[in-house]
Amino acid sequence: MLESEFMRLALGAGIVIGVLAPAVGFFLVQRRQSLIGDGIGHVAFAGVAAGILLDVSPVLTALVAAVLGGVVIEVLRSRGGTAGDQALALVFYTGIALGVVLISTAGALNVDLFQYLFGSILTVTRTDLVVIAALGAVGLATVGLLYRALAAVVVDEEGARVAGVPIGGLNIAVAALAAVTVALSMRVVGILLVAALMVLPVSAAGRMAWSMRSTFVLAMAIGLGSSLVGLTISYYADLPPGGTIVLAAAVVFGTAVVVSAARGR
Amino acid sequence: MRVTPAVELDDVSFGYRPGQRVLEGVTLRLGEGEFVAVAGPNGGGKTTLVRLILGLERPGDGRALLFGEPAHRFSQRRTLGYLAQRFELGGDAPATVREVVSAGRLAAGGLIGPMRRRDRELVAEAIERVGLSERADAPLRTLSGGQQQRAFIAKALAGEPSLLVLDEPTTGVDAETQESLAALLDRLHSELGVTIVYVSHEFGAVERFVQRLVLVRRTIVFDGSPQELPGIWHDPSHVHA
Ligand SMILES: Nc1ncnc2c1ncn2[C@@H]1O[C@H](COP(=O)(O)OP(=O)(O)OP(=O)(O)O)[C@@H](O)[C@H]1O
Ligand SMILES: [Mg+2]
Repeated sequence: MLESEFMRLALGAGIVIGVLAPAVGFFLVQRRQSLIGDGIGHVAFAGVAAGILLDVSPVLTALVAAVLGGVVIEVLRSRGGTAGDQALALVFYTGIALGVVLISTAGALNVDLFQYLFGSILTVTRTDLVVIAALGAVGLATVGLLYRALAAVVVDEEGARVAGVPIGGLNIAVAALAAVTVALSMRVVGILLVAALMVLPVSAAGRMAWSMRSTFVLAMAIGLGSSLVGLTISYYADLPPGGTIVLAAAVVFGTAVVVSAARGR
Repeated sequence: MRVTPAVELDDVSFGYRPGQRVLEGVTLRLGEGEFVAVAGPNGGGKTTLVRLILGLERPGDGRALLFGEPAHRFSQRRTLGYLAQRFELGGDAPATVREVVSAGRLAAGGLIGPMRRRDRELVAEAIERVGLSERADAPLRTLSGGQQQRAFIAKALAGEPSLLVLDEPTTGVDAETQESLAALLDRLHSELGVTIVYVSHEFGAVERFVQRLVLVRRTIVFDGSPQELPGIWHDPSHVHA
């Protein structure tokens, strides 16, 4: 498997997003905002479509759309209330609808599209890998630097607000990080399944860990493991990697649930 | 020259909805270094009062100042410590006592990067003060309700606040722990000069330590030393406004 160039590129990308997705997803899950990853994915889809239509790199247009969408979603969410909820739905569905319209205009409602939705091990180029590794490193470094602040907001948002912690700015940072993660993961896991890779490893880790920090680290380990196992299965069984990676993470999650139930926690 | 009070509410009225009056005509000045108990019946407006003091709500009428600045845009927020009523831990991850208390050190210790040694020491010290050193690395959810409450108090202490606001911190805490908390607050007050606002619908253990008691029932119905209280407290015309 390692003798084929495309697989080495796919594994390289898989390592980066396997670690990055749960690292960012950790804060979404803890704050019960798991669906935001999904929402950003919907918007990223419109970005991919725009890229295909305009004949520029879909990864780039998805990145732009995802970051814009992520920030808009966060601003709407922070306003709260029913109006905020409906505005969120508007962003989600407009993203998908716009994507479908743009993509059929481009005459690309075909296999290509499938690769963006569920990932593919054949499509990661050298340039992609460089972009994924560079932005992934920036994303992980940002999470590392902001870990304490983000964790403190998870523990006690109002207490942090009283103490003058810039909650709004941190929330925007998380939304932007989630958007970058979605765009980077697109090639390998696909737009429809990237949110699962942000959520499942964290939920699994939470059932096995003994502290916040160990949950965080374990989630990244589970994400990495699922990514590598999923890509390997994808290679040998000729299946879309998004499916195999997320199923691998789901198996870990299921096992964690059963084991922790058996241990009576 | 007038000394700037730590807390200053000037003829403050407040409602959560238009037309609602949860507090009306509240005027209150707390000097730096005071230890004040705020008491009153359920729904009397104690929590609302505290939220106005901290700038979490803005007065409908009147003004709220913290150390001379408008409370909602107070510039020295890292000097404030707050334990909300019925505080619940956010998130599902099994946060340990140390992790919870460290969250209280964030603003004072710096937002970015790893914790410095001094901050770690202050966290350990706050945990020690509430007597949880032996359970410092245990997940909070494996502790009893009263122990958890003590961890939250340590979190409020970890930022070395100059104004500490505790909203019913002893809910679900046994009498012995209430006593030791009161003694702890008394030490903080006398040794470090921390200004303390302690909310409770009964004054219980802190009564002996506070110099000042404020009774809230839509407005301030009593403000004086606890010794002066009994006669007035039992006079219904003052209490049932
Ligand atoms: N978020 C809110 N929205 C609308 N009304 C509120 C809100 N919070 C409190 N109130 C109302 O304001 C009044 C005062 O509430 P507050 O919580 O300040 O009282 P309290 O003295 O702290 O009571 P308790 O002893 O139960 O804690 C109550 O009538 C309550 O119903
Ligand atoms: Mg209250």
